[in-house]
Amino acid sequence: MSSTRYLLALVLAGCSGAPAAQAPAPAATTPPASAGATSRPNADPFPSTYQRWASRPTVIRNVNIFTGAGPLIRNGAVLMQDGKIVAVGQSVTAPEGAVIVDGQGKYVTPGLIDTHSHLGVYPAPGTAAHSDGNEATSPVTAHVWVEHSVWPQDPQFPRVLAGGTTTIQVLPGSANLIGGRSVTLKVVPGRSVQAMKFPGAPYGLKMACGENPKRVYAQRGPATRMANVAGYRTAWIGAEAYRRRWDRYTANPSGEPPARDLNNETLAEVLRGNILVHNHCYQADEMLVMIDIAREFGYHIRSFHHGVETYKIADVLARDSISASIWSDWGGFKMEALDAVKANVGLTHVAGARTIVHSDDPSYSQRLNQEAAKSLAAGRLAGLTLTEEDAISWITINPAWALGVQQQTGSLEVGKNADLVLWSGHPLSVYTRAERVWIDGALLYDRNDPAQQWRTDFELGYVPGPRGTR
Amino acid sequence: MRASLMWRLAALASLTTIPSFVEAQTIAITGGTVYPVSGPKIENGTVLISNGRITAVGRDVQIPDGATRVDARGKWVTPGFINSATTLGLAEAGGPQFSGGYNDQSARGEHGISASFEAWRGLNPASTFFAPARDEGVTSVVVAGGNGMVAGKIALIDLVEGRVVSDLLRKGPAAMSGSFGNPGAGETNSRGEFWAKWRSLMNDVRSYQVRRAEFERGGTRDFLARQVDLEALVPVLAGQLPLLLTADRASDILEAIAFAKEYDIKLWLGGAAEGWMVAREIATANVPVFTGAMNNIPGDFSSLGQRQENAALLRAAGVTVILIGNGPGDPDAYNVRNIRQEAGNAVAYGMTWDDAMRSITLIPAEVMGVSDRIGSIATGRDANLVIWSGDPFEFASVAERVWVRGLEYTAPSRQEQLIERYKTLPGRPYRP
Repeated sequence: MSSTRYLLALVLAGCSGAPAAQAPAPAATTPPASAGATSRPNADPFPSTYQRWASRPTVIRNVNIFTGAGPLIRNGAVLMQDGKIVAVGQSVTAPEGAVIVDGQGKYVTPGLIDTHSHLGVYPAPGTAAHSDGNEATSPVTAHVWVEHSVWPQDPQFPRVLAGGTTTIQVLPGSANLIGGRSVTLKVVPGRSVQAMKFPGAPYGLKMACGENPKRVYAQRGPATRMANVAGYRTAWIGAEAYRRRWDRYTANPSGEPPARDLNNETLAEVLRGNILVHNHCYQADEMLVMIDIAREFGYHIRSFHHGVETYKIADVLARDSISASIWSDWGGFKMEALDAVKANVGLTHVAGARTIVHSDDPSYSQRLNQEAAKSLAAGRLAGLTLTEEDAISWITINPAWALGVQQQTGSLEVGKNADLVLWSGHPLSVYTRAERVWIDGALLYDRNDPAQQWRTDFELGYVPGPRGTR
Repeated sequence: MRASLMWRLAALASLTTIPSFVEAQTIAITGGTVYPVSGPKIENGTVLISNGRITAVGRDVQIPDGATRVDARGKWVTPGFINSATTLGLAEAGGPQFSGGYNDQSARGEHGISASFEAWRGLNPASTFFAPARDEGVTSVVVAGGNGMVAGKIALIDLVEGRVVSDLLRKGPAAMSGSFGNPGAGETNSRGEFWAKWRSLMNDVRSYQVRRAEFERGGTRDFLARQVDLEALVPVLAGQLPLLLTADRASDILEAIAFAKEYDIKLWLGGAAEGWMVAREIATANVPVFTGAMNNIPGDFSSLGQRQENAALLRAAGVTVILIGNGPGDPDAYNVRNIRQEAGNAVAYGMTWDDAMRSITLIPAEVMGVSDRIGSIATGRDANLVIWSGDPFEFASVAERVWVRGLEYTAPSRQEQLIERYKTLPGRPYRP
């Protein structure tokens, strides 16, 4: 490398990777005990180290605002300060020194949220070395935590961010009946997965119905749907006993603590209501069986994923407060996907169930707004009364609820995290692109400024950047 | 709700028997903004359809007595769209090993060579995937099965109802297809070996075509491929049948161009993820490119430069671009209808609207040599037509009426029947 080029690289490095500067590193924590410690169940052994990026107070005005929590505010304004939404409405008072962004009549929405992602665990390029999403060695693997598979340098992260998606749930794959813990991430650069973890987000548990587990385990079982169900129930029976043992000990900690078991530890946390269940399940009949299993063991299903038939049982989902994480228009590609209809999102919504347009795909995840637009049009075509605000809710506040972060993000309301997208036009138009994306009030993506476009470590030298050079 | 859907659902509810399509001798579509694609748009235009053909287009068209009038005021009238990369009719519900259903997409072949394979011959004219595509304005598709180094021939079909494939066929074969960027497809270990195999194969075809008689007597050396496959490649070597090669890496694309030049093969490029990096060379070689505008994932080490601007950059360099879905799964099942989303994204990423429209209508028709029949709204063309409620690339726009070869399809699709069952919950899965 020539010295000129090296210097240039240094200059570029100073302003590349969207964030100008991350907030100062946290103060040194207590060094680990050297004499061995007693590990505790349900502690937080891999805590989030996410720090919001330094930001200046920013006002976007002359802009149409889909808040995710009410009707569109036309020609309004929003103020972000210290990482939070401080004001939103027809007009806001800009503090001294605030960055003023003229929205030019464009649109803002909350940062989009994807409840179903495999970013980092099935990264690009797709290689055997980085295929880390399915622990397909045993049908019940509640002991694995998907965060330990996440490769933060997956070049799909910056692409999803550039699509306006700011929060994602990364899930283990669907090979297993119980696939392991999910993790909710902010779509931000980080040296570690911990630096991307959404502070305070509850964990999720991935479960899967139907064809995938029985295909993967055809030789050793489960090879049938009835064995799938026996598998879930057997796992929960073990977890119940474990939870009782530990809850007894925790209430009265005397004597030797029960032995820890990673598998049951996660399942017991579900039974205690601390981990949210995300259940991959296509068919209506199977979802109803899963609801009965949840009732038998006293847990709640937070969201059914890929439920192409939720329109058949949306009344039950509404009654039981189970959200539907579903595609706009995928289907037909296997037996359990045959009854997919493009009006599924709309039909599920009007029946009163909390409805979410999800991706399960690194490409769709970049265009959740387009997917929601397709669902809106298909629902209206089927004669349903649906608003643009409804469509925005499918990719903002509803997925926030499914991930248990609805108090922090998913809508532009005072006090919430300033996760926000400025769109080049109406977000439900095919011609519109995310122009700028803020996370916790910090500008992390700007389509018009290559210096504000995150490139992962992997991309350097491999993937041509915005200027066409590698 | 579009008129035809309402009509279909009403018919369904009343359980009357309805014809699967409605045919009128002469139809006059009036008052709409007509996009002929082969020429400038016509405000307040009229399109006349008679016996399946377009018989007049323009502002001042005489409407014959007895013609059925279709009011298209405030609507857009376009040619039916062509999705030039699909597996429509070749598979449903996954493959037998995967899930069930049927899968007739690929041949077993030999040594990765299946030149004689004509996937479309096995397509299912009753596939439930036709209606969802047609209902969103797709009236013709390229059916491309196959895998391997020489995957087999591809065909262009119209989405008409038919009892046998020949009823649907527009042009078959339209091209030979294969891979130039994936050595594994040729059961080889490296690009060097792969491309040597390609040359050996074409040398064999060259030798075979002048030694057929000796071959029959067993008087030639051994050839790399079976006789049927050698025979199938003769028109490729003769420059009569185009060879559609997939290649993504910029250097693979240049190698493919050099290879085609060496054997005087008429080359089309598929995928071409890094095509934008060698756009000038592709344009100079006059090679049309089948690519998309929604894939920006560096999915493997051959496509690291994949970006959404690819199609627009190629077009700007003077390349003939046919828009397809070039992401995983795009050719399959219900995704075929999303070709209009692809076009809209092409515009968002730098292509002009007119070019995007041409890239899914007239350009593929021209490249496949059928522009005298489809791809535009002009006198004498087959009536593959769509009336849209608005800009067809926009999600909110609806294909209100769709004609293929002059026939309008009105039978409710499987999906529409399901919606009708469950629109009010609890649904009535079965009513005796």
